[in-house]
Amino acid sequence: MQKHITSLKRLVFIISLLPLSWLIYALLTDKLGANPIEAVTRDTGVWALRFIMVTLLISPLRKLTGINHFIRFRRMLGLFAFFYASVHMLLYLGLDQFFDIQEIWLDIVKRPFITIGFISFVLLIPLTITSTDKMMKRLGGRRWKKLHYLIYLIVVLSCLHFYMLVKQDKTEPLIYLFIAILLLGFRVFSQRRRSQSAAS
Amino acid sequence: MWIRKKHSWDIPESEVTDYQVYLNRRQFINGAAGLAAASAMPLSFAAKAPSGEAYADLQPSDFSTEEKLTTYESITTYNNFYEFGTDKESPSALAADFPDRSKPWMITVDGECDKPGQYDYNELIKTQTLEERIYRLRCVEGWSMVIPWVGFPLAEVLKQAQPNSKAKFVEFTTLYDPEQMPGQRRRVLNWPYREGLRMDEAMHPLTLLAVGLYGREMPGQNGAPIRLVVPWKYGFKSIKSIVRIRFVEEMPLTAWVQANAGEYGFYSNVNPDVNHPRWSQRRERRIGEFLKRETLMFNGYGDEVAELYSGMDLKRYF
Repeated sequence: MQKHITSLKRLVFIISLLPLSWLIYALLTDKLGANPIEAVTRDTGVWALRFIMVTLLISPLRKLTGINHFIRFRRMLGLFAFFYASVHMLLYLGLDQFFDIQEIWLDIVKRPFITIGFISFVLLIPLTITSTDKMMKRLGGRRWKKLHYLIYLIVVLSCLHFYMLVKQDKTEPLIYLFIAILLLGFRVFSQRRRSQSAAS
Repeated sequence: MWIRKKHSWDIPESEVTDYQVYLNRRQFINGAAGLAAASAMPLSFAAKAPSGEAYADLQPSDFSTEEKLTTYESITTYNNFYEFGTDKESPSALAADFPDRSKPWMITVDGECDKPGQYDYNELIKTQTLEERIYRLRCVEGWSMVIPWVGFPLAEVLKQAQPNSKAKFVEFTTLYDPEQMPGQRRRVLNWPYREGLRMDEAMHPLTLLAVGLYGREMPGQNGAPIRLVVPWKYGFKSIKSIVRIRFVEEMPLTAWVQANAGEYGFYSNVNPDVNHPRWSQRRERRIGEFLKRETLMFNGYGDEVAELYSGMDLKRYF
């Protein structure tokens, strides 16, 4: 089994790198349209959100299928979420603001969608740092779990960030928000069922 | 004497390959496979070849900028035209054959004027001296282009209608036809798209009715067959595919003001000091350039238009 998991992990790793590979390829071959910087910034942001959502899909999958092995992939997927979020952030800092600290600060303070995106990114940092086995042990399972509940807040904030930056047609961010609500709703639902069955 | 003006984008005669030949060459090389591939992706092909008839004898204009032109490819594939979808790529994919050339395109000019009328587009442009005007275009989203428009001053049409003393504003309306404009099947905006100008803005010599770009007929995705171009205002003021021009006494309610009055004002002059509530307007990305540019007051047309707004609080009347 362990052997299978290891090779599956390799596969997931490679698949997770495909969006980045495609973006680099498209950038180099001029396939991203007239405003490639905007396209790459937007796409890496959307991929960060997608990876956040995939990590949130692990628990429901586990519960619904009874296959516990899904959890073995969660850390890697979470780290990919942070990776895409970092690229997204760096593109904003570098190619949108050209590392103009004053402008960036004004943006964070004055533009709610930037503020919210920035907070989501900052909140991902402690989750990334505490992702190692060593940190998990040091924190203890309970505290570690509590800290990682932050991902629920992060997914909502990320959807909000997306929703607020879209000019008029909110369909796409609303689809993501709907998925986020489903993922969080599943937890509320299973929590309630558990406490109900405990009571009876 | 007939003088042919040399345009900066003109390709030397020696380098021009007939478009048909270009297509045939691919078919020739690839045989049947080439044919199959070409028929499978007609849109991407159509987008790259300049379409439409070329205009003859375009007059140059002193208002033209000498800045580097944005490529034809970018101008015709990166479009905000919600009537054909809300992303940038949909209009070029869906508006290739817009408008249906078998139907006449009529433009109604009415409202507070002595000589209202209906104009057939083809007749209208025959009566006008077409100019080439190379203008900067600044989108409210923070990007910009340099576009060589073909057109004539809006004032020419307005004067003919002889507006009366009640005519304080001009309202423009885009075609409403969900059959031809699939984006109108969703109520992203309250269709039809409407825009407006104050009378003095509308009569200003910079204000253009554009009927083409890069020396050719207007592509569908850019607002065929006839659109407004107001270069000192954000791009959404430059309404596309116009069917009605109406003189009115009250400030018209435009589609974007109706959608979100807190973010989009009636004037919407390009102004680096008045930010969009959600993003800064201080800088812009010129399409095709890597670094951002500083956005200029009135998009760099302050010498021509600043006096229209003297004494006005532009933070309030944004």
